Amino acid sequence: MPFEPFRRIQQFVFISQSYDIARRYFVVNSFDGALTMLGLLLGFHVSKGVDLEVAIPACLGAAIALAMSGLTSAYLSEKAERKREFKKLQDAMVSDLSGSAQDKASRWVPVWVALINGLSPLLMSLIIITPLWLVQLGFELPLGPFESAIGVAFALIFLLGIFLGRVSGTFWLFSGLQTLIIALVTAFLIYLIV
Amino acid sequence: MLQIKRLVLDILKPHQPDVLEFARAIASQVEDSCVKLKVLEMDDKTETLELIVEGSNLELDTIVSAINEMGGSLHSVDGVEVMNVEEE
Repeated sequence: MPFEPFRRIQQFVFISQSYDIARRYFVVNSFDGALTMLGLLLGFHVSKGVDLEVAIPACLGAAIALAMSGLTSAYLSEKAERKREFKKLQDAMVSDLSGSAQDKASRWVPVWVALINGLSPLLMSLIIITPLWLVQLGFELPLGPFESAIGVAFALIFLLGIFLGRVSGTFWLFSGLQTLIIALVTAFLIYLIV
Repeated sequence: MLQIKRLVLDILKPHQPDVLEFARAIASQVEDSCVKLKVLEMDDKTETLELIVEGSNLELDTIVSAINEMGGSLHSVDGVEVMNVEEE
């Protein structure tokens, strides 16, 4: 039998049927985080001569703002939805379900969904700006810091596509290329407009 | 000493957790028991079940609290089997 708290969490996720929602939030907000970082990095790259001392805090600031936006928006909307669902369930059961697994799940699910929604863009952003940190710390990279970070962003976006391909059961390369094309179009628009 | 060996209960529960998880949760709360579940009726948000619990010395309160914890509610006790066992 699995570790008790883990089994409880599994039960809440199962009862609330929130696994699919969390996965959707993860993909949507990871994609948001990756594209935002890509946009920022391309902006720095185009403007040339931007110091890492300026670029890193700017990227971090955007990442934290994305995380806070993800955390709060998901928490508030999920809390309202779960409350509504729970009330409908209580009406259908014609009984007070306080203290039941459904009650606990309805209070716990907004938290875990919000964490996924908030932490996924933060994690993506932190991975993408790692080359900037490495260069700042004195490590030598084969490409410049911005080029390396842009490369990491493209790679992560491609990986997200592969993940989506696995979810939908389509060929991984096709779905990976699909998201990569979106990133390339974004880059093209940035170069065109900025 | 009187011991409850078998209980037949009429239960109303939400669709989630499903019957497998529901039966598992009850069995895990009642030691040395055998839990049998049968879905009698399905509605939009709820389902009515016939729950049969067999064991050496059942306690209705423990079973009811396990049912409530999983969001179910006991409608009626439809059958019971009690034995008078000689104390050792």
